[in-house]
Amino acid sequence: MDALSHFLHSVPLDLFIIQTVNGIVAGMILALVASGLTLIFGIMDVVNFAHGELFMLGAYIGVVIVAMTGSFWLALTASALIVALIGAGLQIATLRPLIGRDPLNTILATFGVSLILQNFALWEFGPTVRRIPEPLGTSFTLFYLQYPWYRLFIAVLSAAIIIGFWLFLKHGKFGVWIRATAQDRIMAQAMGIPVPLVYTGVFAIGAAMAAASGVLFAPLVGVSHTMGLDWVLKAFIVVVVGGMGNLAGSIAAAIFISLLESYATIWVDPSQAVIVSFVVLILTLLFRPTGLFVSTPK
Amino acid sequence: MTTVPLEKVRPLGKARLSHTAVFWIGFCAIMALLIVAPLVLPEFWRRFLTEILIWGLLAMSSDLLIGYTGMISFGHSAFFGLGMYGAAGALIAHSPPNLWLALFFGLAGAAGAALFVAFFSTRLRDIYFAITTLIFSQIFYVIIFTWTPVTGGENGLIFSRPHLWLPFLYDARFTSTTMHWFVLAVVAASYLFLRRITQSPFGMVLQSIRENEARTRAIGYAVERYKMVSVMFSGLFAGLAGVLYALQNQFAAPDFVYFLTSGDTVIYNVMGGIGTLVGPIVGAGFFQLVRDLLSRFFGDQFPYLIPLGMIFIVMIIFLPQGLLGFARRWLNK
Repeated sequence: MDALSHFLHSVPLDLFIIQTVNGIVAGMILALVASGLTLIFGIMDVVNFAHGELFMLGAYIGVVIVAMTGSFWLALTASALIVALIGAGLQIATLRPLIGRDPLNTILATFGVSLILQNFALWEFGPTVRRIPEPLGTSFTLFYLQYPWYRLFIAVLSAAIIIGFWLFLKHGKFGVWIRATAQDRIMAQAMGIPVPLVYTGVFAIGAAMAAASGVLFAPLVGVSHTMGLDWVLKAFIVVVVGGMGNLAGSIAAAIFISLLESYATIWVDPSQAVIVSFVVLILTLLFRPTGLFVSTPK
Repeated sequence: MTTVPLEKVRPLGKARLSHTAVFWIGFCAIMALLIVAPLVLPEFWRRFLTEILIWGLLAMSSDLLIGYTGMISFGHSAFFGLGMYGAAGALIAHSPPNLWLALFFGLAGAAGAALFVAFFSTRLRDIYFAITTLIFSQIFYVIIFTWTPVTGGENGLIFSRPHLWLPFLYDARFTSTTMHWFVLAVVAASYLFLRRITQSPFGMVLQSIRENEARTRAIGYAVERYKMVSVMFSGLFAGLAGVLYALQNQFAAPDFVYFLTSGDTVIYNVMGGIGTLVGPIVGAGFFQLVRDLLSRFFGDQFPYLIPLGMIFIVMIIFLPQGLLGFARRWLNK
């Protein structure tokens, strides 16, 4: 106990609070990415390997639109809409023919899509990192740091998008269709719900959420063609830890893991902090393979 | 059961060559072609063929999981990379570099990684297995990438090639021709060994796990244990491919531990035909050949993975059996 309290006192409180804020901000973006992934998995049984690439594509489209019009908000909405259309197209071209086949085929197909998108981005935009300027220039003082308001704003906006999406699932007509399809595909079809349309719509919504988080995140680190893979890996970890196809679990897991990683960077290099999320994943697999944030299956 | 075995019905006079005979004649013919190939091919294509064999071995090892046990591994780069770094470590630490020591340490490295992955990932099925293998391979990637004092970090390791040393028989420098023959011998032996595994009672259990896991468990087989052993075997052969690659190119780089290598491995499998063992080699050859042709026609900067990715998706939709899928039953008989 003595060693523990000594250990805790060795970390300055201000650093701890800064890392908490950082962790929550990163966690909210991750939650937005992961909720698209978990939505597509929960309803279509498709593990979307190309999700990170849709995130990256959204960020690039944001870069282009900001360069053209100078408006960040226009870029955010337009990028989400364009990527939603691209996502619908991809679903129709590559996933629709695979409905009814072994789900492993869909992993392979989306993996192929991710290769194509990633190399397309490299070819079109080159290997240099692009940047979007922060739309809110102001910052506030957090201990010794000038903390940009924009970071907090991302967290709030991500939460707003997720809540809006949740309300839409709960009350919107299409949302009810989606939930019905997730519950029982065949029965939903028998009730007259156009299931293929629901699939395409779900994929488009997931893609739009990925694109929106891509644009939101772009001002923080810059846009490169490899950014997708880092995020999709993290999102996969989150989705497994949170329980596959479980929206609330994914969000909780996203914040949990981001907080842990953020605290880990107090002691280690950020590139090694990733190991923390790997460890969480391993422990989850060992002791609760169904996911940390779901009720125990009977 | 009173049915007469088919062979006895067929008149003996017109007996066709048995399946076994055709198989071995075909095997020897292809082996003869591959043995002669380096003597007639120019240097570039000689190396090209050797690399196809190495990638083919990696893909073949993963076929044991994908095609026979029904588990897609997206983490074969970890085994491949650990084999590579294990061999590199042995070649650097021991002077003069010894071929068999490199082989031993490479395999030991791959076996360690395989033990780790097998223990954790086989608890999960289907997509969960695929994702966890992917994440585990990234763990090894991060460790190798950041542990610069030991692994050389981003720059990797460079080392000199050992002699091709067969105790009491032969001791000489590797040339590109003897390298090819050495690789060919290892790959052919691995193929025969893996084929033997898949046809053994153990392999039958693996295939029954692929077909119906619940029923296999109900019959009384310890499914988890079988899965673990198959991951271990698969990892060992992937590590062997890593050792061969290290010998061929005399360097080890973290890029090969990165997830893209695993992705390529899966592509080779799907293109060539899963569950055939030779299919993945054909797939690797097809992939590398198309890639080489594309960069010849359109220049080095051409993003060859865009057309190859499209071919890959079209093949998943319209030709899910792969190029050699038509011969699958025959090859496994």
